[in-house]
Amino acid sequence: MKTNDVILRTVTKIVVFIILTFGVELFLSGHNNPGGGFIGGLVLSSAFVLLYLVFDVETVHKGIPFDFKKIAAFGVLLAVGTGVGAVIFGSSFLTQTFRELHLPVFGNTELATVVLFEAGVALTVVGVVVTIILSISEDV
Amino acid sequence: MTITLVIFIPFLAAILVPFIYKRVPNRNIGWFILCVPLALFIVLLRFIPAVSSGETYIHTIPWIPSAGINFTTHLDGLSMIFGLLITGVGSLVILYSIYYLSARESLGNFYVYLLMFMGSMLGVIFSDNLMVLYVFWELTSISSFLLIAFWYHRKKSRYGAQKSLLITVSGGVAMFAGFIMLHILTGTFSVQEIIKSIGDYTDSGLFLFAMILVLLGAFTKSAQFPFHIWLPDAMEAPTPVSAYLHSATMVKAGIYLVARFTPVFGGEAVWFYSVTCVGIFTLFWGSLNAVRQTDLKALLAYSTISQLGLIMSLFGLGSAALNEGYSADSVIYTQATFAALFHLINHSTFKGALFMVVGIIDHELGTRDIRRLGGLMSLMPVTFTIALIGSFSMAGLPPFNGFLSKEMFFESIVNARSLGIFEMGTWGNLFPIIAWVASVLTFVYCMIIVFKTFLGEHQPARLDRKAHEGPRGMLLAPMILAFFVVAIFFFPNIVGKYLLSPAMEAVYPPFKGAQGLVPQITVWHGFKPALLMTIGVIVVGALLYVFLRFWKGIFTIEPMRWSLDSLYNKFLVQTEKGSSYLTSFYMTGYLRDYLLYIFTFFIITIGGGLLLTNGFSFDMSGDAPITINEYIIVFVMMGAGIAILFAKSRITAILLNGVLGYSIAIFFVVFRAPDLALTQIIVETVTTSLFLLCFHFLPEWKKEKSSLPAKAVNGIIAILVGTVVTVLALSVQGHKLFTSISIYFEDADELTGGKNIVNTILGDFRAFDTMLEVVVLFIAGIGVYTLVKLKAGMEGPDVEDE
Amino acid sequence: METLITILAGVLVTVAVYLLLSRNLIRVILGTAILSHAVHLLIMTMGGLKKGSVPLLGEHAEKYTDALPQALILTAIVISFAVTAFLLVLAYRTYKETGSDDLDTLRGFKNE
Repeated sequence: MKTNDVILRTVTKIVVFIILTFGVELFLSGHNNPGGGFIGGLVLSSAFVLLYLVFDVETVHKGIPFDFKKIAAFGVLLAVGTGVGAVIFGSSFLTQTFRELHLPVFGNTELATVVLFEAGVALTVVGVVVTIILSISEDV
Repeated sequence: MTITLVIFIPFLAAILVPFIYKRVPNRNIGWFILCVPLALFIVLLRFIPAVSSGETYIHTIPWIPSAGINFTTHLDGLSMIFGLLITGVGSLVILYSIYYLSARESLGNFYVYLLMFMGSMLGVIFSDNLMVLYVFWELTSISSFLLIAFWYHRKKSRYGAQKSLLITVSGGVAMFAGFIMLHILTGTFSVQEIIKSIGDYTDSGLFLFAMILVLLGAFTKSAQFPFHIWLPDAMEAPTPVSAYLHSATMVKAGIYLVARFTPVFGGEAVWFYSVTCVGIFTLFWGSLNAVRQTDLKALLAYSTISQLGLIMSLFGLGSAALNEGYSADSVIYTQATFAALFHLINHSTFKGALFMVVGIIDHELGTRDIRRLGGLMSLMPVTFTIALIGSFSMAGLPPFNGFLSKEMFFESIVNARSLGIFEMGTWGNLFPIIAWVASVLTFVYCMIIVFKTFLGEHQPARLDRKAHEGPRGMLLAPMILAFFVVAIFFFPNIVGKYLLSPAMEAVYPPFKGAQGLVPQITVWHGFKPALLMTIGVIVVGALLYVFLRFWKGIFTIEPMRWSLDSLYNKFLVQTEKGSSYLTSFYMTGYLRDYLLYIFTFFIITIGGGLLLTNGFSFDMSGDAPITINEYIIVFVMMGAGIAILFAKSRITAILLNGVLGYSIAIFFVVFRAPDLALTQIIVETVTTSLFLLCFHFLPEWKKEKSSLPAKAVNGIIAILVGTVVTVLALSVQGHKLFTSISIYFEDADELTGGKNIVNTILGDFRAFDTMLEVVVLFIAGIGVYTLVKLKAGMEGPDVEDE
Repeated sequence: METLITILAGVLVTVAVYLLLSRNLIRVILGTAILSHAVHLLIMTMGGLKKGSVPLLGEHAEKYTDALPQALILTAIVISFAVTAFLLVLAYRTYKETGSDDLDTLRGFKNE
C-alpha cells in the first residue's frame, strides 16, 4: 500500500508520538487510575498500526526492526515469569507485592511487582495485535 | 524414602535418555541404561536382611490428602520379590538388548519406553495407595503398548499393540471401579488399612462386586482365559521386550494384584473358585494350544499363559487357608501360596532364558519356525544347553528349579482334595486331573522346544542365513538366568528363607510368625502322590511326544477351531461400525446443525428448568432510574441490532455492529466503568478495521439461499434463546441469594497498593485469569500467523504396512 | 435500568443466534461478535448499575460500583477480540483455499 499523502504523513509523524506517550501514560497509571496493561497495549499497538497504514511495511520495518511475534512471546513469558518469581520467593503462584519508596526526584513512589506483570500483558497485546494486522495485510 | 526414589529414578533416567542418545547415537547407550536397573537391584538387595526379619517400610508423601490420595510406598516381602524380579530381569534384558537391537533402530525411543515401563511397574508393586497403584497400572499398559508397537511400520505390531491395550485397559478400568467400591466400603485407599478393616464389610453387597472387578483387572493383565488372546499377538514386540514384559514382569502384575488382595478377599468361596478355576483352566488351555504352535515365540507365549494360570490357581488354592483362620490343619493350605511364590521366581528365570534363546535363534538364523529349524545342537552348543536347562525346568524335571515348584504344585492340589470347606466334592478330584493333563502337555511342548529345534536334521536350504553360535554378549544374559535355574534347585531354602517367608507373611497377615508357614523345600519327599504324578507326566509325556504326529489331528476338529480371536475381531469391527454409524448420524458436518443441538439443549434445560421450578420472580424495585438519553441509546442499539439482520451489504452490517460497540462504550461510561469504556472503544476500532481488511479478500455477501422453513426454524430458535436468556437474567436479578463479594476488593489499596479496583482485580486478586487470558491472546496471534503464513503442503507418503 | 438493559441484551442475543445459524461465514462471525456484546451488557447488569462511584479508590467516594463484573468484562473483551480476529482470518483463508464462504458447501468430505 503505497500512498503519497503528504499531510497524512506529516500529521502521523507527530500523532504517533502523542499516541505512544498516551499509551505509556495509560499503562503506568493503571494501578491507580483508568488504564493498565490491556488498554496501554492496545493504544500502543494502534500507534504502530497507524504507522504501518501510512508508511509501507518495509519502511516501518527499517525504523522499528522488531519481530512482533517475539515481542508477544516475550510478553507471555514475562507475565508467567512474574508468577513463577513469586513461587521462588516462597509465596503462591502469581502473588504480587508492593512497597512505598522515597525516590530523590519523584518523591513518594510506589513500586509494585504487578507492573512487571502488566508490562507482560501490554507487550503481548502489542505483539499480537500488530502480528495479526501485519499477517493479513502482507498476505495479498 | 529410598523406595519412593526407586520408583522415580527410572522415569528421571527416561527423561535423560534423549539427551544421552544425541551424544551416543549407537547401541552403546544401552550401557548407560543398564546402570539404572542394576543400581536399583543392588539397592533392593540391601533391604533383604531387614525385610526377611519381618520389617516393612512405609513412606508417605501427601499428594491430594483431602481425597485420601497420597503417594505412599510400602515395601514388604511380596513387593520385594517383584521388585527384585523387575530390576534383576530388567538388567539382564537391557544387557541382552544391547546386542539384540541394531544401531539402525530408534534406540532412544526403545530405552525411554523400557525405563518408563520399569518405573511404572515398580510403582505398581510399591504403591500402597490404590489410586496411585491404578495410575501406574495403566502406565504399564501404555508402555507395553508402545513397546509392542516398536516396529510400528508392521501391521501385525500395530494390531497386537492395540489388542493388548484394549484388553488390559478395559480390565484396568474395571479394577478402578473395584477400587472405588473398596474405598466406599472402607473409606480409605490404603491397601494396608483396607486389609485391617475389611473384616467388618464382607457382608456388604459391594464387597462381591469389588472382588469381581478387581479380579477382572488381574485376569486381563495376567492373560488368563478368556482374556489371554492378547498375549500371543503381543509377541510382535522385540524379543527382549517379550522376555521382560510379557513373561517376567508385566503379566505378573495381575498375579501380584491377586496376591496383594488375598488378605482382603481370600477366604471367600467366590474368590477361591474363580481364581482357582480360571487359573487351572488357563493352565490347561495354554498348554494345549502351545503344543500346536509352529512359531517358537508363539509357543512360548502360550506356555507363558499356561504357567501364569498355574501360579494363579495356586494363589486361589492358598486363599482357602484364610477361611478357617490359623490352625495346624489350615496351615497346610498355605503351601499352595508358597509354591506359587516359588514358581513365580522360577518361571521368571527359566522363561526369561528361553525367550532370550529364541531371540538368539531368530537373530542368527532369521526364522523361529520350528518346521525350518533342526539339528542346531552342534552348531549352537551354548544356546542348546541354555534351552535344555530352561525347557527341562519348565517341564518339571530335576535337577532344575521347575521340578521343585512343580512338585509342590502337585502336592498342594492333592491336599486341596481334603479341603473341608466350600463343598469341594467332585471339584476336589477334577482339579488334580486337569492339572496333571496340563502338565503332560507342558512336558510335550517343552520337548518340542528342545528336540525340534536342536535335534533332528539340519536344513540349511530352508534358512536365510548360515547357522552359527550367537555373540557372547547375547549369551551372557540367558546364561546368568540358566545358572539361577540350577542354583535354585540346589539351594532352594536360601530363597525360601530370605524371599519367600517375608512374602508369605505379607499374604497371610493373620498367620504372622506361625509354625509351618514356611516349609523346608526338599528334593526328595518319598513316594508321595506328587512324585508319582511327576513320573506319570514324564512317561505319558514322552509317549505323547513320540507319537505327536498321530494325535495332532485333534486340533483340526471343529470345537478347536472356534477361536476367541475371531470373536474379538468381529466384536472390534462391529463396534467400529456401530460407533461410526452413530457418529455420522448426528455429526452431519453442518455448523448450523451443531448450533441447533446446543441451542435446543439450552432452551430445554434452562427454559424447562425455569418452568419446572417456577423460578421466575421479577423484582424491579432495585432498578436504577433511566434518563431520556439512555432510552435513546437503548433503542438505537435495538434498532441497529435488528437492522443487521436485514442489512443488504456487509459494509452496512459491519457499521451497524460498530454502532453497537460504540454504544456499549457509552454505556460503560454511564455505568462508571472508565477502563471498560476505553478498552471497548479501542477494541471496537481495531475489530472494525480488521473486518474491513478481511472484506478486501472476501466476496460480497449474497442473499441467503436457505429455504423459508429453515429460516423460520432459525427465527424461532433465536427468539426462544433470547427469551430464555432475558427471563433467566431477570430472575437472577430478582433473587440475590448471596451478598456480593465485591466489598473485599475495596480494600485494594491496603492489600495491593493500587487504587484502581478493576486493575487490582486483574493484576493482583485474579492474576491467574489474566495470565491465562494473555496466553489465549498469544495463541490466537500464533494461530492467525500460521493460518496466513503456512499454506497447507502436500502430505508426505504414509508409512503403512510392511 | 437493569430491566431495560437485560431486555436489550435479550434482543441482541436473539439477533446473534439468528446470525449464527445462517450459512454465510461472515454473518456467523458477526453473530459471535454481537453475542459477546450482549454478554458484556448482561454481566454488567448483574453487578447492579449506577450504584456508586467509579471504582477508583482515589475518588474517596462513599460507595463504589461493583468492580468485579468490570474486571470480568475487561478480560472478556480482549478474549472476544482474539476470537473474532482468529475467526476472520480463518474465514478468509478458507475462502482463499476453497473459493467459498458458504457453510453448506464447506461441509467436507463424506468419508473423513
